[in-house]
Amino acid sequence: MAESILKCSNVSIVFGGLTAVDDFNMYINEGELIGLIGPNGAGKTTAFNLLTGVYAPTSGTIEFCGENVTGMKPSDITARGMARTFQNIRLFSELSVLDNVKIAFHKHIRYNLLEAALRIGRYMEDEIRTDIEAHKLLKIFGLDDLAGETAKNLPYGAQRRLEIARALATGPKLLLLDEPAAGMNPQETQDLMNLIAWLRKEFKMTILLIEHDMSLVMGICERIYVLEYGKTIAMGGPAEIQKDPHVIRAYLGGDD
Amino acid sequence: MIERKVDALLAVVGLVLFAIIYGLIEADVIGPFWKLNIIIICINVIMSVSLNLINGYTGQFSLGHAGFMAVGAYVSVVLTAKLHLPFAVAILVAAIAAGFVGFLIGIPTLRLNGDYLAIATLGLCEIIRIVIMNINYVGGAAGFTGIPHYTTFTWAFLVMLATLFFIKNFVNSAHGRACIAIRENEIAAEAMGVKIVNYKVLAFTLGAAFAGVAGALFAHSFYILMPGTFSFLQSFNYLIMVVLGGLGSITGSIAGAFVVTGISAALAGVPEFRMIIYSIILILLMFYRPQGLFGYVEITNLPLFRYLKNISPEAKKAMGIDTEDSGKGGKA
Repeated sequence: MAESILKCSNVSIVFGGLTAVDDFNMYINEGELIGLIGPNGAGKTTAFNLLTGVYAPTSGTIEFCGENVTGMKPSDITARGMARTFQNIRLFSELSVLDNVKIAFHKHIRYNLLEAALRIGRYMEDEIRTDIEAHKLLKIFGLDDLAGETAKNLPYGAQRRLEIARALATGPKLLLLDEPAAGMNPQETQDLMNLIAWLRKEFKMTILLIEHDMSLVMGICERIYVLEYGKTIAMGGPAEIQKDPHVIRAYLGGDD
Repeated sequence: MIERKVDALLAVVGLVLFAIIYGLIEADVIGPFWKLNIIIICINVIMSVSLNLINGYTGQFSLGHAGFMAVGAYVSVVLTAKLHLPFAVAILVAAIAAGFVGFLIGIPTLRLNGDYLAIATLGLCEIIRIVIMNINYVGGAAGFTGIPHYTTFTWAFLVMLATLFFIKNFVNSAHGRACIAIRENEIAAEAMGVKIVNYKVLAFTLGAAFAGVAGALFAHSFYILMPGTFSFLQSFNYLIMVVLGGLGSITGSIAGAFVVTGISAALAGVPEFRMIIYSIILILLMFYRPQGLFGYVEITNLPLFRYLKNISPEAKKAMGIDTEDSGKGGKA
C-alpha cells in the first residue's frame, strides 16, 4: 500500500452563511491520478484553494507528506511540494514565456541579494542552471520556440500548457490542475491527456485534476471524487462513478 | 559571461559619458547653472529609478518618496556638518537610515493595496517632514545651515552609476523577478512560492535606501537645507518622472528624470510661463504615450545588446538545442 501524500480530514469552509465545502475528506496516494468533478458551483475550486492555502479552512485539517499544512501560506505550501494551475489562467501576462517559468524556479535559487546586485558568487551558476532547466521544460511542452514571446500573446491552448509548465518548474510532488482542458478543442484535449499520462510516467507525479470534460476524467483518472453543493456525494473508480445514481442525478437531474 | 559583457559595455558607455561631461565642465563650456542642473539630474535619476523599483517593478503605488529623501538628507548633514565625518560615510549611513525607516513604514503599509497604500505613504512622508521641522537640533523650519559643499559632479555621477547597476542587476535576478511577478499577478506569484510580503518590504526598503542616498547628495549640493523641500509635491514630481519615462523601465526613469529636470531648468528664464509649458508637455506626452516614453522597453533591448544577451552556446549545447535561432538577435 502506497503512502498517502495528501490527506484532508473533515475540511469545511464557511463564507458568511454559505458552506462552500462541507466536511471534505480525501486521501491521495503517491503516484495516483485523482479526478475531482461536480456541477458548477459545487466547490471544486474552493477545495483547491483550501489545499493550496489560499483560504484557511473553518474547520478540519490538511496533511501534506505527513505534515500538517492547515492555515499555511500558499508560498510555504508550494515550497513543500504542491503546485497548481488556475481555472482562469493566471500567467504573468506582460512577461516572456521564459520568464514565466523562471519565476517558478524561485525556491531553487540560492544566491542572496548582494550576489545578485554584484553578479558574483552563486549568481551565474544559478542563473545558467535556471535558464537551462526552464528551456528543458518549455521543450517538453512544445513552447521552446515561443520562449521570447510575451505570455499574453500566446494562443489559448499554449497559455494552458505554459501554466502547467510553470507549475512543474516549482518541483512539485503533487500537481493540482484546475480544469486544464477548459476551452480546448477535442484534438488539444487529446494531446493534453497524452501529456498528463506522459508526465506521470516521466516525473512520477501525483496529480489531482478538476475537470468538466468527462471523457478526459473517465479516460485517465484512477479514482474520482464527486462534489455537489460542497458535499462529497460519491468516490470511486470511473466505472463505479458512471453508474452511481447520486452522480447521475447531480449531472442529469432527477431521472433514474 | 554574456551578462557580464552587457555590464562591461554599459559601464564603458557610462564612463565615456562621464568623461565627456567632466571635460565640458572643466573647459567651462558648461557653466555653473547647467553644472548644478546636471548634478540635480543625477540625483533625480537616483530618485526616479529607486521609486520605479517600488512603483514600476513591484507594482506598489508609493507616494512618499520625498520623505525617505528627507531622512537621508538630514542624517547625512548631521554626520558631516555636526560630527565632521567623511562624505562617503554620510552617504552610507543615510542609505541605511532611510532604508530602515522604509522597512518600518513598509511592514504595516504594504498590507494595503493600490490607492490605500498611496494615501498611507503620502501621509507618512508628511509626518517625516513635520517631525524634522520640529527638531531644533537640525534647524527646525528655518533650515539647516552651514552644510559643507561636498556634492561634485563626480560624486553625483558615479553614485548614480552605481545605483543604476545595483537596481538593474537586482531586477534581472531571481529576486527582481519575484518582485515583477507580484506586480503581474499576486495570487499566481504566491502560488509559485514567492513570499509576497517579504518581497514587497524588500523592494520598499531598497527603494527607500536609494532615496536616502539621493537625499545625501542633494543636501550637500546647497549650503542650506529646508524641510519644506521634501513636501508631497516633491514626491509627485518623482512620480511624474517615473510615469513619464515608463513604469518598469530603468531607461525610462533616466529619461524621465532628464526630461522633467531639463524642461524645468530650460524654462527658468521664463518663470511666468514655466508651469504652463511644463503642464502642456506633460499632458501631450501622456496623451500620445500613456505607457511612458519607454514603456517596458530597456536600452539593453536594442539590437546591439540583444546580440550579447542571447543565450550562450555552451548552455544551448547542454540543452540539446541547436544554435540556429540565435540569428534573431541580429547576429552579424
